[in-house]
Amino acid sequence: MNLVSVGFFLAIVSLTLVVTYIAAKRTSSAADFYTAGGGLKGWQNGFAIAGDYLSAAAFLGVSGAIALTGFDGFFFSVGYVVANLVLLYVIAEPMRNLGRYTLADMLTSRFNEKRIRGVAASGTIIIVILYMIAQLVGAGALIKLLFGIEYWIAVLIVGVMMTTYVLFGGMTATSWVQIIKASLLLFGTGLLATLVLAKFDFSLIKMFDTVAVEHGEEFLVPGMKYTSTIDSVSMMMALVLGTSGLPHILMRFFTVKDAKTARSSISWTTWITAIFFSLTIFLGFGALNFVGLDKILAESKAGNTAAPLLAHYLGGDVLMAFIGAVAFATILAVVSGLVLTGASAISHDIYGEIIKGGKLTEKQQVVAARTGSISIAIVSIILALFAQNLNVSFLVSFAFCIGASANLPVILYTIYWKKFNSTGAITAMVTGLVSCLVLGAMGPNVWSPVEGAAIFVGNPIVPLAVPAVITIPLGFIAGYLGSVLSSNKVPQEEADRIYKEIRVKANTGVSVSDVSH
Amino acid sequence: MANVSRNKHIESVDYHAIEAMESFNKFVKKKNTFLFSITAGFLILYILLPILAFQPVLQQKVFGNITGVWIYSAGLFIMTIVLCTVYVKKASSFDKAAAAVLAEYHAKGGK
Repeated sequence: MNLVSVGFFLAIVSLTLVVTYIAAKRTSSAADFYTAGGGLKGWQNGFAIAGDYLSAAAFLGVSGAIALTGFDGFFFSVGYVVANLVLLYVIAEPMRNLGRYTLADMLTSRFNEKRIRGVAASGTIIIVILYMIAQLVGAGALIKLLFGIEYWIAVLIVGVMMTTYVLFGGMTATSWVQIIKASLLLFGTGLLATLVLAKFDFSLIKMFDTVAVEHGEEFLVPGMKYTSTIDSVSMMMALVLGTSGLPHILMRFFTVKDAKTARSSISWTTWITAIFFSLTIFLGFGALNFVGLDKILAESKAGNTAAPLLAHYLGGDVLMAFIGAVAFATILAVVSGLVLTGASAISHDIYGEIIKGGKLTEKQQVVAARTGSISIAIVSIILALFAQNLNVSFLVSFAFCIGASANLPVILYTIYWKKFNSTGAITAMVTGLVSCLVLGAMGPNVWSPVEGAAIFVGNPIVPLAVPAVITIPLGFIAGYLGSVLSSNKVPQEEADRIYKEIRVKANTGVSVSDVSH
Repeated sequence: MANVSRNKHIESVDYHAIEAMESFNKFVKKKNTFLFSITAGFLILYILLPILAFQPVLQQKVFGNITGVWIYSAGLFIMTIVLCTVYVKKASSFDKAAAAVLAEYHAKGGK
């Protein structure tokens, strides 16, 4: 580890700690802790949501995937960008109008039952832990590569940092760490992309020509990674619909004061992500051209260090250290958001609302939130330490799959479907969650006949890497059938009365002021 | 930081009175039709990418060595930006409609 790396590394750490210190002074109530008091501006929340999208998997993973597999890697970029529209058109505003701190809050605004809250919170915790293991294991490996620190020390550093931000600064600190990281990342990728483009005389055609001539035309069409239409359709469905079901993204809509600000948040996010993901082409093809396949593969089989290696080629040690530090900030920011979301499900949903019946004082709620944060952090760190030698990057796509299959159907039905009922909500969430986990566990990410390629050796029973094409329809059908088949057991008049309220609240924003206390 | 600015000070709202109003139902219907038809449209265009990407039509070279899949993907990026802008414009007209519904409700004596 050289001096420049250490400098950038320390700069990031101290900047985020200063932010946390300032945020800590403003964090006294549960609303401050979970939602920054609902006081973020549209652009701030927009950058923070973009920060959630642009995880290390997106920055390092996508540019590496484009370098190694050409267009197949770019599928991800398209998925992440279009996903914004689903959030903007059908989720963001009603979510803001109906919810308070968590996804479960929004669902229980219509079905005030503990079992609904319990299932929704469990789904959130499972998604958070899967996502977190993937991030922490990736982080450990990356930091080991960039800074030469042992894996377990790297995981502990990230673990301690994320816990510090959340514990003291709550959502305010988490949001600002995201904003700082998203800005740095945008700047860093912009710089790399410009330098790459300059090497090709600012001609896209020249860049593609070079790739075709020197590396082969197969990089310019799909087929290097995805060989079947159904596999790529399934993955693309998980990406575009799963984003709207990821609890750490949904939670961000409660950090703004009203639907209008939620709308402008996503509008900012759309622009930021569209710019960022366009640039991944230059990072990917730049790395392919200037670093070369052999060297990328030698460092990491998944191509995760393609972007830092490209930075080294373009700007030497200094630029590489800067990009490494940005990647580090990216990891810290995303895992902090996950800790906070996990804590909201454990401390607010399960402990505060289910066990204590919503009768905690403000002070007790904050204590519970902090205890929850520490618990989820410790569990994740331990799991990540055990998972060191497993290839777990696919867990992120599992998280998207669960978001799309278990959460999205319930969210949409709750807002838009009159005949939806609590039994339907339970069947939809349980079916979506279980089918993702079961089909996923039988799939090629877990089973491979080649030793070392997956967790177990053997033939996968389900050929799909991401089973979304089966599980999303299952989630929707289960919610429909559950509601229709149990309709005679629900007092219809009462259900209608509540749905009318939901409809007015979701569409006019009346009463947002009441729930944001 | 609980003093978030609020512009809707409504002590108790009769949701059922609002829900029964014709203007409210008309507005919600119009809004949902807009939202879901556009959503269906962009989802179809989007999912056509991984389907057509494996067909000859998008594998042909268009400019130099740039093949159809890249052009189609660029189209989806542009679509996202355009539809985002369209939504933000359209949503401010929905805001006005929602405000008009609430104004009508207050005028009728609902507090």
